[in-house]
Amino acid sequence: MIEFDDVHKAYRVGGRDVAALQPTRLTIAAGRIFGLIGHSGAGKSTLLRLINRLEEPSGGRVLVEGVDVATLDGEGLRRLRQRIGMIFQHFNLLASKTVADNVALPLKLAGELPRREIDARVARLLARVGLAEHAGKYPAQLSGGQKQRVGIARALATEPSILLCDEATSALDPQTTASVLQLLAELNRELNLTIVLITHEMEVIRRVCDRVAVLDAGAIVEEGPVAEVFLHPRHPTTRRLVSEAEHLDEREQVDDFAHVPGRILRLTVQGEATYAPLLGRLARETGVDYSILAGRIDRIRDQPYGQLTLALSGGDLDQALSRLQAAEVQVEVLR
Amino acid sequence: MEALFANLDWYEIGIAGLDTLLMLGGSLLFTVLLGLPLGVLLFLCGPHQLLANRPLYGLLSLLVNLLRSLPFIILLIVMIPVTLLLAGTSLGVAGAIPPLVAGATPFFARLVETALREVDRGIIEATQAMGATTRQIVWNALLPEARPGIIAAVTVTAITLVSYTAMAGVVGAGGLGDLAIRFGYQRFQTDVMVVTVALLLALVQVLQNLGDRLVVHFSRK
Repeated sequence: MIEFDDVHKAYRVGGRDVAALQPTRLTIAAGRIFGLIGHSGAGKSTLLRLINRLEEPSGGRVLVEGVDVATLDGEGLRRLRQRIGMIFQHFNLLASKTVADNVALPLKLAGELPRREIDARVARLLARVGLAEHAGKYPAQLSGGQKQRVGIARALATEPSILLCDEATSALDPQTTASVLQLLAELNRELNLTIVLITHEMEVIRRVCDRVAVLDAGAIVEEGPVAEVFLHPRHPTTRRLVSEAEHLDEREQVDDFAHVPGRILRLTVQGEATYAPLLGRLARETGVDYSILAGRIDRIRDQPYGQLTLALSGGDLDQALSRLQAAEVQVEVLR
Repeated sequence: MEALFANLDWYEIGIAGLDTLLMLGGSLLFTVLLGLPLGVLLFLCGPHQLLANRPLYGLLSLLVNLLRSLPFIILLIVMIPVTLLLAGTSLGVAGAIPPLVAGATPFFARLVETALREVDRGIIEATQAMGATTRQIVWNALLPEARPGIIAAVTVTAITLVSYTAMAGVVGAGGLGDLAIRFGYQRFQTDVMVVTVALLLALVQVLQNLGDRLVVHFSRK
């Protein structure tokens, strides 16, 4: 578990303090994948680096598994960092070392295992990330996705309980991004690994995260389960991030539908109910006509969801609304 | 043909060549041994680096700049008391090595500092995140990553030392450059001049080629 207790951070720039992070309270549960999303300069990178003390807080406490990281001495900080793996947008692999030597580096630095055991663990990690046959290559010979897999293997070498991901998929193409996220989700389950990832893409959050916090100008403006935040964004920044991912903007939409007759509703369904023959039944039983104005049907992690914007007209509207509510559908009346 | 190279004394040239190689080898060894740690220290103390220390960086920087701004021929003479202390003599090959090292070390240290600055900051951050100490970061990340740059720095320094050795004749150290000045220039023996310069050129070519090959080998691109 990671806790931020009124943590804030300011940098001195040209004699003035510039706040990078406003006083922040946040709890990240163990074994979960927690996403921090925000545009560049929102403070997410600072927040992430406070966890392994690559950044020192200006005030407040950061607790990792109950320990205030600010109280650790040099040796204690080294032990903490061995329990927290980290991967990076630009991979940060050593160009002068082979793939195997890169993965072995954290173990070599820790200096606790004999060479034979290090070699065995490196081979096991490379096999797990699907790079067993590339052990002797240099990073320059690998593709971006392969480099990030090496980064992941390296971050897991000391068998940490926490993995920090700094825009880990931002330099990758969509297909590679999907496979790297898939790998992170698997590792989360297999190793009960706590993953904290930062990104500017809602798509990344939707695919792998359990919970998400939205950062804007150094403050957390919204925080909750991904389904909640993603399907019912409240803060303008969250809405913008969601609409960037979905290529739709609800405000524009409602304006576009000015000429559409009837009530305009937005229905949200989650889980198995997503696949129920809801609308046909509704039309038959209440006599309303519906037209679908916009919609998205996809998954949040493994959970299916549907979100449809409908225009309803004719028939018994009130009855239709109460039927929808009874069928575990969240209804928002837009007009 | 005989008349054209009438002044050539191959024994003399052989001795001079050996002196040049001895001065080069000896001074390069000590230059690297002293300049590499100095360059690492300069880098670490520099602004925004791991051991950022403005007063220390300012002091080291001033010292380096001072030694680099002295003309080598002056250094050679100014250093005589120190040379006596270190080498037991201020003459000959042994007497030339301390001033050569004093002249080349600050130059090499600056090149090392520059090579280390070329290492991506992300590499340092990644190694820090693994729980490495500063010493471990230097040995396991900075030096291996900067190796091609450091080899290039050694190459440039070696070639600079070759030209410095020409002035070592002032303390009687001999060498090819000294031969070129005393016989080729002062006695108008053009043949000696041509042969010594050709030999120095060959030496520089060999050093540069060797350095370039090593840089390519260690670049891992």
